[in-house]
Amino acid sequence: MIMSDTPKPAEMNHSSNGSPWIEGVGLALSRNDRYIFTDLNFSLAAGQILQVEGHNGSGKTTMLRILCGLTLPSEGEIRWCGEDIRKNLAEYYAQLAYVGHAPGIKGELTPLENLELARSMSRPRKEADAEQVLERLQLPAYCDDVLCHNLSAGQRRRVALGRLLMLDARLWVLDEPFTALDPGGRKLVEELLSGHAQEGGMAVLTTHHVVNLEGCIVRGLQLGT
Amino acid sequence: MSEASLGTAFISLLRRDLMLAYRHRAQMLNPLLFFVIVVSLFPLGLDPDPDLLRTIAPGVIWVAALLAAMLSLDSMFRSDFDDGSLEQLLLTPHPLPLLVLAKIVAHWLISGLPLLVLAPVLGMLLNLGSESLFPLLATLALGTPVLSLIGSIGVALTVGLRGGGVLLSLLILPLFIPVLIFAANAVGNAGAGMDITGQLAFLGSLLALAFALAPLATAAALRISLN
Repeated sequence: MIMSDTPKPAEMNHSSNGSPWIEGVGLALSRNDRYIFTDLNFSLAAGQILQVEGHNGSGKTTMLRILCGLTLPSEGEIRWCGEDIRKNLAEYYAQLAYVGHAPGIKGELTPLENLELARSMSRPRKEADAEQVLERLQLPAYCDDVLCHNLSAGQRRRVALGRLLMLDARLWVLDEPFTALDPGGRKLVEELLSGHAQEGGMAVLTTHHVVNLEGCIVRGLQLGT
Repeated sequence: MSEASLGTAFISLLRRDLMLAYRHRAQMLNPLLFFVIVVSLFPLGLDPDPDLLRTIAPGVIWVAALLAAMLSLDSMFRSDFDDGSLEQLLLTPHPLPLLVLAKIVAHWLISGLPLLVLAPVLGMLLNLGSESLFPLLATLALGTPVLSLIGSIGVALTVGLRGGGVLLSLLILPLFIPVLIFAANAVGNAGAGMDITGQLAFLGSLLALAFALAPLATAAALRISLN
């Protein structure tokens, strides 16, 4: 199994001047006595985006779940500010927003109710307003009062991504954020990502799309080639 | 940190679960209907002798309550697991056992509390004397929260498994038995004019124990299930 942490564009020398950062050290994952990846290392400084790449079944989603502390790696650890995240999960989770494969929104609630719930469960942005967030996500106004299970898959994905704008999270972990989104939606997510990076945030994402993030430092992490 | 307080998170989660139950009324009524049907079928299936019914009433009502609780347990984490909300719950900065407790409280309010309202009516149907009504309510008030609390551990352990229903029954039924024995015995003894302080104290201590430990165990089980 090969893992590489290859810098993509040339702006790699941009320094992080000591701000919070995340790193994976010596990560390995085995399933059914078979290593999916071994000795995986990466690190991310403020303002950087990490794109995890690999074919289907190469462990991209599991890698993101390890990053969130949901799955325990077989070996290695994730460090936040140089300390193992398991030592202080609460502080780490206050800085983390995760949009996984499953959208994590309730079908029986309206988009507004879902976002309000997200706000009350974690550390919200001060200026976060659910209605404005939905507007920013270009969700038609009539959707505000429609239950989420009546929305289209792409609209539900937008509501799920709304969590990123409701929370004051430094690190975004996004599993296939472009799934089910139309070109307009994909562009919107790219804008959100570059805005987040320019504010000094970090993001780790998996996608098979070619991401076009202007002015951002995008690093690549190749799994299982 | 401008973090939403734990109190806000607890109340929001409780409110969310109650709202979801309200929007899923039919599903919520299922276990209650089951409770009523099982109890009301007994007089039809057995000899409708008032004395016989009075004798079996405590046991019948409690067995039905226990089965109704089992029936409603599976839904505690199922939909949250399926739609990814459970992952989000694990990723909040708040202590997971307390958030889990909010879900357990919601579950009890939805499936345990209505049993307390229905039980006196069903008691009268089975010719349960008025001296047994208070003990029946007291045992249900102390016992049904224990069922929700202990049940949550089993549900958390089996939520990731396909067809975990059978395993869930095997896991938690043995733990429900003490509640059943002491509660039904208390109601029966009260009918015979005996003192039931001992049984109530035992149920109370079971409740205290489950209240203190079950959320911790459930939180740990959820982390394992989602691993």
